[in-house]
Amino acid sequence: MPEPVWQARAAGFRYPGREVEAIADVDCAIAAGELTGLLGPNGAGKSTFARLLLGLGRPTRGQVLYRGREAHAWPREEMARHVGFVPQGEEMAFPLRARQIVAMGRYPHLGPWRAEGEEDRRIIAEALGDVEGAELEDRRFDSLSGGERQRVRIARALAQQGSALVLDEPSAGLDIRHEVELFVLCSRLVAAGRTVVIVTHNLGLAARLTDRVLLFDQGRLAAAGEPRDVLTEESLSRVYGWPVDVVVHPGPGLDAGSPLVVPRIGRSVERGQAERRMTGAA
Amino acid sequence: MTPRGPAALPLIILLVLLLAAAGLLAIRIGAVSLDTREIVEAILGRGDDRTLAIVRGLRAPRVVLAALCGGALALSGMTFQALLRNPLADPFILGVSSGAATGSVAAVVLHLDARGPWVIPAAAFAGAVLAVVLGFRVAAVPGRLLDSRTLLLAGVIVGAFGNAAILLFLTFADVGSFRSAVFWMMGSLAGATWRYTALLGIPLAVSATILFGLARSLNLLAVGEGTAAALGVQVERVKYLCYGIAALLAAIAVAVSGVIGFVGLVIPHAVRLLWGSDHRLLVPCATLLGATFLVLVDAAARSAAAPAELPIGVITALVGVPFFIVLLRRRNA
Repeated sequence: MPEPVWQARAAGFRYPGREVEAIADVDCAIAAGELTGLLGPNGAGKSTFARLLLGLGRPTRGQVLYRGREAHAWPREEMARHVGFVPQGEEMAFPLRARQIVAMGRYPHLGPWRAEGEEDRRIIAEALGDVEGAELEDRRFDSLSGGERQRVRIARALAQQGSALVLDEPSAGLDIRHEVELFVLCSRLVAAGRTVVIVTHNLGLAARLTDRVLLFDQGRLAAAGEPRDVLTEESLSRVYGWPVDVVVHPGPGLDAGSPLVVPRIGRSVERGQAERRMTGAA
Repeated sequence: MTPRGPAALPLIILLVLLLAAAGLLAIRIGAVSLDTREIVEAILGRGDDRTLAIVRGLRAPRVVLAALCGGALALSGMTFQALLRNPLADPFILGVSSGAATGSVAAVVLHLDARGPWVIPAAAFAGAVLAVVLGFRVAAVPGRLLDSRTLLLAGVIVGAFGNAAILLFLTFADVGSFRSAVFWMMGSLAGATWRYTALLGIPLAVSATILFGLARSLNLLAVGEGTAAALGVQVERVKYLCYGIAALLAAIAVAVSGVIGFVGLVIPHAVRLLWGSDHRLLVPCATLLGATFLVLVDAAARSAAAPAELPIGVITALVGVPFFIVLLRRRNA
């Protein structure tokens, strides 16, 4: 096996002023050229782990290595040339055009003083093309739909021209079509040779489109491996604290046989509806 | 939009010409009216003694100081808006103005101002710097990243404390001190000298150069600190540097001219509306437009009710408030 892109060794992270570690005892490796899903309930430490991968925080215990060197020890600009990042939420306080957002991805290559050159403009256009967003170029970012915004932000990460990409819940708030398109885009990037890490709550899409998943539970790694080995009824029900069924997709075509994660509703909701009816009547 | 692109340079040249025209106009206006040829000759050192004294001794330093103040306030406001990611932030958001006012009112009430014309600016500057340092001390928790919202609230708290101190000082002031303290708080460029212009001009030139160099980092910070960090910006370093520069510019401007509101709020905003939010363009354009604006406002303050002089802060507020309301309603729409 070739050297992994990332390697966590007994990594732990505690936010200053907090008692509990957000990440604890995480041992794992993320291989080159794979699509890795970071899964787990809210507050399980997925985003914190993503930040450690980028070197945005320093593990309070253990190590997180990027290409054999501690991630936080990489010079910030150099890391930004290696790994593109799509953070969770961004509030743009000022109107910017999509093209300007994507152009920010060139920052680590240009530094503060140099102006964009011909080559940068080509890369920016190409990045927008890769997310099928060429027509968004001159649109104001705040006028874009949720799906279009995510595409522009991914284009910005692509313009960083790193060999790896970390996306923190890029499909939050997107409808089915846009969410699927986003995952397909990620697997296309992987097919083109990139290493992609995606934080997501969509277990069904993660099950079908990722190569490996890391399942987090209260800061610890509950399971890691191929999706069909990790995404079992037992482990998911335990980690998410809600009973789920993993059923086999009936097909047709390529979908056939892939695991589908379905939350069990059963009695608890019947009871909830009954209670609501009763209080409504009263 | 790149600063060296086709649109940027002509725009900046246009704004420089606009500033020069405003400056010339402002020098012409006054009790003794002068024509453009006389002014240009006086600036070059030719002409009769009286004209030379008026142009080089009185009006030119005042116009230059107005330009520097306007530029400094606009640049300071622009920086705070980017760092706090809030288009309604202004240079006095960290309590600089009430700190400065506390310092100067204290100096006036304690009759320290009789010792020389430098006392009030010095006291104002000391008060402003003290307010900013206090704000940072309140907001910064050791071992933690500086949170902009906490800093904002710390500024409000320090400002409130300053205002209470001002009222306390004024309670014990005699009528003369009271009047001069209140006038100081409304802002005036009447005391302009070449020394003041140097005091403000040098830091302004240095600050503008640094901020222009950090323009791309400011673009990223305006989107989000996490984004900026992931794209290679040394977030903490840039933030502290920029906060320091913005607060210092505001403090010096306040020290030489009193509290002149709304320039730092309105000008960066107008530039954003007109030419977009790229800081590589914003830094030079906001500085130049702020300078032009305050030169014209000061000319109006001198001439509107001549021979009496209106407080310059009143005029900037009269212009600024309607603009602010339009802005607020547009944002809520």
